[in-house]
Amino acid sequence: MADIHNKEVDKLSGVETTGHEWDGLKELNNPLPKWWLYSFYICIVWAIGYWVLYPSWPMISGYTSGVLGNSQRADAIAAYEAGIEARSEFADKIVAASLEEIKADQSLLEFASANGAAAFGDNCAPCHGTGATGFEGYPNLQDDTWIWGGSLDKIQTSILYGIRSGHDEAHVGDMPAFGRDELLSREEIDQVASFVAQKAGLEPKEGIDLAAGETLYADNCAACHGDDLKGIQDVGAPSLVSANYLYGKTLDAITAQIRNPRNGVMPAWEARLDPATIKSLTVYVHSFGGGQ
Amino acid sequence: MGSQTEAGSGEHPEEWFQSAKKIYPMATHGLFRRIKWGLLFFTLGIYYFLPFIRYDRGPDAPGQAVLVDLEGRRAYFFFIEIWPQEVYYLTGLLIIAALALFLMNAIAGRLWCGYLCPQTVWTDLYLWVERKVEGDRRERIALDKQPWTAGKVAKRATKHFLWIMIAWWTGGAWVLYFNDAPTLVYQLATFQAPMIAYIWIGILTATTYLLAGFMREQLCIYMCPWPRIQAALTDEKALNVTYRWDRGEPRGSLKQNKALEAKGMPAGDCVDCYQCFQVCPTGVDIRNGLQLDCIQCGLCIDACDNIMTKVGKPTGLIGYDTDENIQRRVEGKEPIYSIVRPRTVIYAAVIAIVGAIMLYALLTRSFANISVVHDRNPIFVTQSDGTVRNGYAVRLSNKRHHLRNFILHVEGMPPNAKVEVVGVEMVIAGRPIIPVGPDTTREVRVLVTSPVGAKMDPSTPVIFRITDSVMGEVVTTKDFFKAP
Repeated sequence: MADIHNKEVDKLSGVETTGHEWDGLKELNNPLPKWWLYSFYICIVWAIGYWVLYPSWPMISGYTSGVLGNSQRADAIAAYEAGIEARSEFADKIVAASLEEIKADQSLLEFASANGAAAFGDNCAPCHGTGATGFEGYPNLQDDTWIWGGSLDKIQTSILYGIRSGHDEAHVGDMPAFGRDELLSREEIDQVASFVAQKAGLEPKEGIDLAAGETLYADNCAACHGDDLKGIQDVGAPSLVSANYLYGKTLDAITAQIRNPRNGVMPAWEARLDPATIKSLTVYVHSFGGGQ
Repeated sequence: MGSQTEAGSGEHPEEWFQSAKKIYPMATHGLFRRIKWGLLFFTLGIYYFLPFIRYDRGPDAPGQAVLVDLEGRRAYFFFIEIWPQEVYYLTGLLIIAALALFLMNAIAGRLWCGYLCPQTVWTDLYLWVERKVEGDRRERIALDKQPWTAGKVAKRATKHFLWIMIAWWTGGAWVLYFNDAPTLVYQLATFQAPMIAYIWIGILTATTYLLAGFMREQLCIYMCPWPRIQAALTDEKALNVTYRWDRGEPRGSLKQNKALEAKGMPAGDCVDCYQCFQVCPTGVDIRNGLQLDCIQCGLCIDACDNIMTKVGKPTGLIGYDTDENIQRRVEGKEPIYSIVRPRTVIYAAVIAIVGAIMLYALLTRSFANISVVHDRNPIFVTQSDGTVRNGYAVRLSNKRHHLRNFILHVEGMPPNAKVEVVGVEMVIAGRPIIPVGPDTTREVRVLVTSPVGAKMDPSTPVIFRITDSVMGEVVTTKDFFKAP
């Protein structure tokens, strides 16, 4: 037991004990240097200084703001604005340069790709997918199948004005509803669908009159989709001999698209995105690899 | 149980915390003092003057031999130039440093602590200044007890001024390793240097002044982990600064011991003069045996040898010796020491192996690099003609200080496979040529398309190979071509 007038000394080490004993184990009193204690006090003083200078204590609504008025939110906003400011140099160059020039200049291409990737994720990915591979009814931008054209200028036009968006400059080109509007009979639709399917490398319907289908195609479809079925981009008529079909490459899907077609809509981005972003997106989409 | 409440810290705080005992190390001279001076000049000479050594690397690279260019993301050491991704060289150096510390310890104890540690070297320098200004041990003790007179104030002011100057120079030398030294010296002198330089000089001035001027042995005893590790690594065969109690005990003044001898009783060689204790920079009495506080600087050996010579006894009462030898002497056997022991051999061998690996890595270091990241989404794209395309983000590094053209070839694809690089028009024989600027990296998008009609496996291993169009240096990396 501790008795300050009768200090106990550990025999082995020759060091005083603190008088603390736990089940026969005694604690040696090797005193800590005082500077260590003082550094602890300095930390306390430092903490008090910190409370005064910086935001620290939570209050019921809000917090103590500190006399320096430091705010991480303000810092973040400033950093964000500084980022925009730093980017503006490149953004201005992007606006001034032609799409071909952007693609040929290493630094502009790098900027446009990064900027385009961010804008794509924010604006385009919900329909075209994060990897730009699209979904049924939403075109795949990675492949080389383009309905309205895959050159830099044509991609930019599609982004600016959209497809069937209502914008004056938008691409408009509707597939007629041959079934719904009773332009062709059910049997005729089956015949022309089988003809197209056969040309696209699919199995036609068994026992169908393909010759009749061919005639029907020439009379009703070839004007837009071409005699060779390769489509005409100016009117947005897709190739029918491509590996990639927007609404599915099966006989049933082809039949459905003739009978009661879907005509997808893409919004116009002219008013929503600034010119530098639209140009960046154009270059980014073009550089997926399918660009022409 | 519960007895601690009786001796609460509030009652007797002096029991729980103690003031550091001020140590007044006395000057000494001898072999170890000379070795320490030599090492002090050598190590501080390197530290203070190395940044001023120039090394020509051509017009586009810094001309400073040793430079850590944080802004440019490069580290230079004479002919070596390291990029951030090659920081493993530093890992190798640290491994060698740790093993060297172990080897030193296995050979002769705390060689690092006693002779080479910056804390020891700068403390030694500060003690020298203190001694020159305020006098040796006895004068300094007296000066501390003196009332504040003009003379005392002058001495103290001079000492602290010199200390701060040394500390300031130490901080100043530090920042020179991170910037072109002559330019920065000029900027510092004309107050045009960047703020960060002044901040770092301030930090190192403060730490040097505090650690070498005031903390001194407290750092070694209470803050440094190495004494604890060293104690666990040492053994009875390692040389340590040792008091030969077999020869020294029983200690006593010359007179006492002569009287003992006259009576035919055993008398030791230690004359109990306390010189060993008085010269000790950490305030240790070496005669208490090997202890954590002892940094093994060898100054007590010098002090003791000087006394032994004066009293006409053989030197070496304190000296580098092993625990084993003391026991052997007590038993009347010859002392032995062998530097070739399993642990020294193993440490040396591992140092040699790591050193050889580093040297090999350095000599075969490539001056170009390629890293390839396959597109994750989509993994592949099927084209209208049935061919399959894969996209890759490829980063090329050019570590030379001139523009280089790299010819890209993707091996492992069937003939007539197409390799395109977005934004790069130059192609020779189907292989794109990618220019990469001097001392920089460039990321490009590479598109690989299978030939028409080729049936690709779900996964084809491919090798991306770049070849310097002039120097022929080849670098490769592996990846895969994916197909449905």
